[in-house]
Amino acid sequence: MVKRHITGAGFGFISWLQQRITAVIMLIFAIIFLVCVFISAFNVNSSITSWQNLFNCTLVKIVVQIFFLAVVLHAWVGIRDIWMDYVKCNAVKLTLHILTILWLFGSLIYSIKVIW
Amino acid sequence: MKKMKFSVYRYNPETDNKPYYKDYEVELEAHDTKLLSALIKIKDYQDDSVSFRRSCREGVCGSDALNINGRNGLACLTDLAGLKEPVILRPIPGLPVIRDLIVDMTQFFNQYNSIKPYVIDDRPMPERERLQSPQERNELNGVIECILCACCSTACPSFWWNPDKFVGPAALLHAYRFIADSRDQASSLRLDELNDPYRLFRCHTIMNCADVCPKHLNPTRAIGKIKELMVSRAV
Ligand code: SF4
Ligand code: SF4
Ligand code: FES
Repeated sequence: MVKRHITGAGFGFISWLQQRITAVIMLIFAIIFLVCVFISAFNVNSSITSWQNLFNCTLVKIVVQIFFLAVVLHAWVGIRDIWMDYVKCNAVKLTLHILTILWLFGSLIYSIKVIW
Repeated sequence: MKKMKFSVYRYNPETDNKPYYKDYEVELEAHDTKLLSALIKIKDYQDDSVSFRRSCREGVCGSDALNINGRNGLACLTDLAGLKEPVILRPIPGLPVIRDLIVDMTQFFNQYNSIKPYVIDDRPMPERERLQSPQERNELNGVIECILCACCSTACPSFWWNPDKFVGPAALLHAYRFIADSRDQASSLRLDELNDPYRLFRCHTIMNCADVCPKHLNPTRAIGKIKELMVSRAV
């Protein structure tokens, strides 16, 4: 194959934006979650059942699910970046990318099972 | 007369199996204020085999970038006073060494060429020159002063790992310089060519580049502005 300087894969921007947006979502969720933990820590009436009731609420489930989706999308870009930085062989890199996608996708499915 | 100790990275691929450091002690006179003067003294009076690049000796040509006590800088702009002794001089990191302190800058300039470092304007030539308003010219302040010394790119870990694919802070600063130029008509094309997981987005905002630039420029900010433009054309 001729050696060419080829550029413009055309998707770096979307991954970058995806990483920023999911980071914000995770941050907001983390703050809400910490506030909840804090409130229940100072509330004498809080118990395991009040936590269970909270996480049984459909709205809360949706929020938690969105959080997990954000984690998976965020982790995908981060892990992919590590392979891109340090792995030089394209075949190995592509294999690692696929394994990462499978693993993250599996984790996402498992999170659905746990939350719902 | 003051004496100063230097430890200089030496490597001649024709005679040396591997690089080594050689120590020198230099007698400095009152007017020897910059590191380059000491290097020239070593070459002139002690060891003429020491090889390094230099030309303007006043921070304009960008040829004498070195790694000085672990930090990239121009020998001609670095004050001798305040340098910890022995002053350890190495070639700028990440590029192949040709000899001693001289590195092969091909990869660096390949990346510079890849951003099309010239104004692109296919419109018919006006009768007189293409004018810029003072405001439009001001947009270029803080980017146009770059002397392509490579201090920044060779301090950037992302450039160390992927010098063939990541454009690097210096050339990205220039990419922004042409995007910001009111006379250039190819901003969209330039953004298209940077929309690549390696070329622009290997930058992880580590900011080594802005930290070492001897001209006090801020490639990270230019990179941020390119990303901003990408956002504004996508949303
Ligand atoms: S931005 Fe600064 S450090 Fe980088 S090449 Fe230009 S002058 Fe040198
Ligand atoms: S801010 Fe970006 S370009 Fe500058 S040193 Fe860090 S990774 Fe490299
Ligand atoms: S000799 Fe020209 S920049 Fe230092």
